[in-house]
Amino acid sequence: MKVGLLALAAALAAAAAAVVMLDNGPSTAFWLLVVLVVGASWYGLEALARLDKPRWVGALVVPGLFGLLLLWLWQVLVVGFDIPMVLLPSPARIGHQLAANAGQLWQDFRQTFLKSVLAGFVLGSASGFIVALLVDRSPFLQRGLLPLGSLVSAIPIVGIAPIMVMWFGFDWQSKAAVIVVMTFFPMLVNTIAGLAASNDIERDLMHSYAAGYWQTLLKLRLPSALPFIFNALKINSTLALIGGIVAEFFGTPVVGMGFRISVEIGRMNVDMVWATIAVAALAGSMFYGVLALIERGLTFWHPSYRQEQS
Amino acid sequence: MDSAVAIDIRDLSLTFQTADAPVTALSKVDLQVKNGEFVSLIGPSGCGKTTLMRVMADLVRPTAGSITVNGLSPAEARLARAYGYVFQAPALYAWRTVRRNLMLPLEIMGVPKPEREKRAAQYLAMVGLQDFAGKFPWQLSGGMQQRVSIARALSFEPKLLLMDEPFGALDEITRDHLNEQLLRLWEQTQKTVIFVTHSIPEAVFLSNRIVVMSPRPGRILQVIDSDLPAKRTLDVRETPAFLDIAHRVRQALRAGHSYE
Amino acid sequence: MTDAALATPRPSVVLERLREGRTLAVLAVSLILIIAWYLGAIWLNAGLVEQRLEHPTTAEFVATAWSLERPVLPAPHQVAIEFYDSVFEREIDSPRSLVYHAYVTGSATLVGFAFGTLLGILLALAIVRSRTLDRSLLPWIIASQTIPILAIAPMIIVVLGNLGLTGLLPKAVISMYLCFFPVAIGMVKGLRSPDPLQLDLMRTYSATPTQTFWKLRWPASMGFLFPSLKVAIAISLVGAIVGELPTGAQEGLGARLLSGSYYGQTVQIWSALLMAALLGMVLVAAVGFLERVVLRHMGGRP
Repeated sequence: MKVGLLALAAALAAAAAAVVMLDNGPSTAFWLLVVLVVGASWYGLEALARLDKPRWVGALVVPGLFGLLLLWLWQVLVVGFDIPMVLLPSPARIGHQLAANAGQLWQDFRQTFLKSVLAGFVLGSASGFIVALLVDRSPFLQRGLLPLGSLVSAIPIVGIAPIMVMWFGFDWQSKAAVIVVMTFFPMLVNTIAGLAASNDIERDLMHSYAAGYWQTLLKLRLPSALPFIFNALKINSTLALIGGIVAEFFGTPVVGMGFRISVEIGRMNVDMVWATIAVAALAGSMFYGVLALIERGLTFWHPSYRQEQS
Repeated sequence: MDSAVAIDIRDLSLTFQTADAPVTALSKVDLQVKNGEFVSLIGPSGCGKTTLMRVMADLVRPTAGSITVNGLSPAEARLARAYGYVFQAPALYAWRTVRRNLMLPLEIMGVPKPEREKRAAQYLAMVGLQDFAGKFPWQLSGGMQQRVSIARALSFEPKLLLMDEPFGALDEITRDHLNEQLLRLWEQTQKTVIFVTHSIPEAVFLSNRIVVMSPRPGRILQVIDSDLPAKRTLDVRETPAFLDIAHRVRQALRAGHSYE
Repeated sequence: MTDAALATPRPSVVLERLREGRTLAVLAVSLILIIAWYLGAIWLNAGLVEQRLEHPTTAEFVATAWSLERPVLPAPHQVAIEFYDSVFEREIDSPRSLVYHAYVTGSATLVGFAFGTLLGILLALAIVRSRTLDRSLLPWIIASQTIPILAIAPMIIVVLGNLGLTGLLPKAVISMYLCFFPVAIGMVKGLRSPDPLQLDLMRTYSATPTQTFWKLRWPASMGFLFPSLKVAIAISLVGAIVGELPTGAQEGLGARLLSGSYYGQTVQIWSALLMAALLGMVLVAAVGFLERVVLRHMGGRP
């Protein structure tokens, strides 16, 4: 274990030295240092990965260090091999573009995420939920809708983007419309599954209390359905972000993350494209993370959280 | 113990239509249960004991014959909240604390909040779990969860308690313990109890009447009255009187081909 | 839940099966949707009809709404006719044949899918074998699912185009990149799915890791692999279509959608979309068929 930590420390020192050395151009010593860094880091990571306690070491520190290693390797290899920017820009360049264009990136983020993605996500998920409630009383309609849902999931829905532009115009509303269609069915299918999830015994119990339809729905079936609903919300968060950006590839006013990507690609500013994607990645992870936190708060009781107890 | 009839079943039959052929779950069942009695239904799988209880609970409707519960049809009795049902599994809601689980039927029946809190505390204490009011079901053992389930069935003070193999999933030592507790509760609350089991000692220990059933078709073979002393403890299981009644139950089961 | 135990008179078994089953329900819902579509067409095209006709009767209004050349919402039969035209009335390798475009997009999808699946499975094997990789790489793979990877598509096209690679390959690369994530994650789950009890049993047989792998882990993971494959192939298709957008490609369903939107050819867009939908359904159904064959061969319950 101690050797492992020592290896990591050595890797860190060598990494810093290598970056400094790079200013004078890549030399044999430099490449030797790179190999040393990778080897030592791997050794150190192996040692850390073997630890079972404390849990946060394995869960956070190891992937975190690994990510840093990849980032460093990326930077050093791009500069060392003098890889053209159009092929793969270095992280440093991307960071620079992020900082330099923060204002514009923020506007793009506002247009795509805060307008199209959020509006589409909320509307699509809400309609899926409401329709699921509406067909709750009719198993016949459910049997008709569910196969349709799995069919729709096989279809490339982003293809409807040009049609939505025709109906709703160029601005964010058409993108939100695409997202509504994309997020409707996952929510519908999962809510229906969730409402069916309560056991026979629990429903018999409600029956013995002479509980009405709404009482049973609110006190039993909806709480039981929450894990399924959140599953759909998390899926939908990813779909919404993808839909929002890709729908903009089909045409958009002069702002938006998808717009930024397609325009900067045309200008061969690949580092700017990467910067936009970094923003999108951050947005996606935060969105998902917030949903996961809310899910934990509301469905703390679900067996999947209790593995530590048993 | 007044002698009014709590459950009156006459000539009851129930036939299920399945894909292959009709199945007679119950055939010409006759049974009268008086207020305050503790009646066990015992028999092998498929003898119809759970089905009979589900008929009483208005979870299934008979195809012939009649049944009244407290003078009402099962559906009316259910709407009048005349009985509490305890299932084989605790069926507690994982997202509610123990206290809030107890208050669930009271919320549904519109009992006002202060009364709800009072009753929850009262019945929780009755099953000895007052210290666990704020815990969640998964933090309790299986036996404790079943006790909560029983307390929940008592909380809205029904006259009738229907219990479907409530201790079946528990180990024997816990089971003995809970049997004793149930007996004490029954003495305290004077409820009419219908208890489904396939443990002969359990049936003999708890009840003052044992209804032996047999399958194919489901029917009542024999009703055995128990004359064990009212205030009994687990030690009674080793007395000759107990063993004699248990023997008679076993004979009845054998006569009904339950061991084949 | 109240069982209906009352003795019911039995109508013919066929009618009962129909009512309980799915076919009638799906047909009913589809019928409702088609009717809604026709009504929607009248509503959305109303503006264009009013521009064209003066004082039309209701019949004329409806008929025109359903047969405009550049409608806001084409009627189902318009789409069907255009679709039929583009599929059956053209030479298969003509640039106006939807079959040709479907072939272009479909081939890129399948190539990308094949490589992505292979890559995903290999990665899953590595992750399950190496604890270090499991702890360091897997969290990133899971986290990457929240990133809109599809957004990278234009970049890959352009970058590869710079290297002189155009046509099927860049699209296949996008598809491959998109589908190896779900396959890797599904496969890791599957390889780890055997019950600890079953693993213990293998240990009592002194089975080597390789034997345990082939006899237990691999068959056990099939149940997790196939749902991931269905997701993967659907997303490969999306990747291939999006890959046709950036460089103004002339071939493929994505290109057709784009050109339709540039030139305002609504009906063309809809029929291209219909073809894309059909292609997607066929591909997923093919994976489903493969799944049933494999599972039946393994003795699994379908």
